[in-house]
Amino acid sequence: MKNYIQLHENDNIIIALTTFELGSIIKLNNQEIVLKEAIGFGHKIAIKKIAINSKVLKYGLSIGSATQDITVGEHVHSHNLTTDYLINNIK
Amino acid sequence: MKGFLRKDGRKGIRNVIVVAYLVECAHHVASQIVSKFPDNDVHLIGFSGCAPNDYAHKMMQNLCTHPNVGAVLLVSLGCENFKRHELYKYILNTERPVEKLVIQESGGTLSSVASGKAIIANFISKIKDVKRVDFNMKDLIVGTICGGSDATSGFTANPSIGKAFDKLILDGAICMFEEPGELMGCEHLMAERAENEIVAKELVDCIKKADTYYKKMGHDSFSAGNAVGGLTTIEEKSLGSYSKSGSSPIKALIRPGDLPTESGLYFMDVVPDGPALWGFPNINDNTEIVEMIASGCHIILFSTGRGSVVGSAISPVIKVCANPKTYENLSGDMDVNSGRIISEGASLDELGLEIVDAIKAVINGEQTKSEQLGHQEFGLGYKYFHSSNKNCDM
Repeated sequence: MKNYIQLHENDNIIIALTTFELGSIIKLNNQEIVLKEAIGFGHKIAIKKIAINSKVLKYGLSIGSATQDITVGEHVHSHNLTTDYLINNIK
Repeated sequence: MKGFLRKDGRKGIRNVIVVAYLVECAHHVASQIVSKFPDNDVHLIGFSGCAPNDYAHKMMQNLCTHPNVGAVLLVSLGCENFKRHELYKYILNTERPVEKLVIQESGGTLSSVASGKAIIANFISKIKDVKRVDFNMKDLIVGTICGGSDATSGFTANPSIGKAFDKLILDGAICMFEEPGELMGCEHLMAERAENEIVAKELVDCIKKADTYYKKMGHDSFSAGNAVGGLTTIEEKSLGSYSKSGSSPIKALIRPGDLPTESGLYFMDVVPDGPALWGFPNINDNTEIVEMIASGCHIILFSTGRGSVVGSAISPVIKVCANPKTYENLSGDMDVNSGRIISEGASLDELGLEIVDAIKAVINGEQTKSEQLGHQEFGLGYKYFHSSNKNCDM
């Protein structure tokens, strides 16, 4: 059983397919990712460094911008990721 | 694969007899007629409203002449405003067996049910010999929706349906996805995938319209439960739904009832034009399914995480289950287990092919779980649309 899924090769996050405890190690290709916090099923984990204001990519596409620097193994959620979507900005 | 050849050249994968009530007052009589034929493909559809509505009329017209439909019985009370003569003539022109039964002129409930029963028995023998011809992927129209979604839908069932769509379109099929209300935040991506700039603008305008409409309804697409499940932003949630569409270019924006004829991916705008007159665009999953069937879909791919059990009148529904636990609990209702991505580490490509195989089996006559269980849900309400898309056959 696989405990995470990467939806696109360009993604900087993966999705947890199980509940991970703090300090769990995820093997991703040749990389070992140490989780810096507990992560729930369906939640996002950073697999690359994501600088503040840069895009978080899922399905190879932006799901919003980082509101702080995010390091590998961190939980990516509303505390460090925000929407770029404002309906009135649509051209 | 074999299909039922209709006089307009379209091919069906089922040979269903439709009993259609034209107002709620005729619903009971129509359903009594249907209930006399539990072992035949006799399906109940209808429009409850008494006041006429162009959209509903067009839906009924297209549903009654869908390639999966072999014969039609219209059941009218008699005094409703539905234009039953127009509908009858329209069906007659397609050279399908069609009859109308007017309850007020037929002596009431009991004698109308008896007459209806005789008409259906006659239909059954009449449509037995419809010509069967080769059915190719080029003849196929497939639609997709998601319902009863959970955190897994966006990364198992939906993207595996997207993979299936890519393969089907490569093989010459027509595919469609819908619900602008679930795609807010994806409009720039949809615009990039549009086949030309006109379509790109239509797609963006359509999402804007949906936003305005839903705000008026007091509807917010992103819920607290979504965040608990791991979703952070509206665009992330929408991308999960959007992933059902795969990666083909978007050929055109269509409205319910438009009939695309060229292979490719289409997006259906289900949100009415003009002021919000009649409440929510679609009050349940089946009203969305019905709209795609009215646009010619032979098969609906239904992505579900929490587990929907519905099927549909007229066209088979293939249930693609996103969550392996749900699949275990509701395996009697599910056709494809995309949850294997989680439970067995299966790939999206693998599941995409499994869905394509399931489609081929259903074309070949294999019954979906909802067909086996007798699910024939149906729903149709009031809507208003400006003139239809010019790129499609009307």
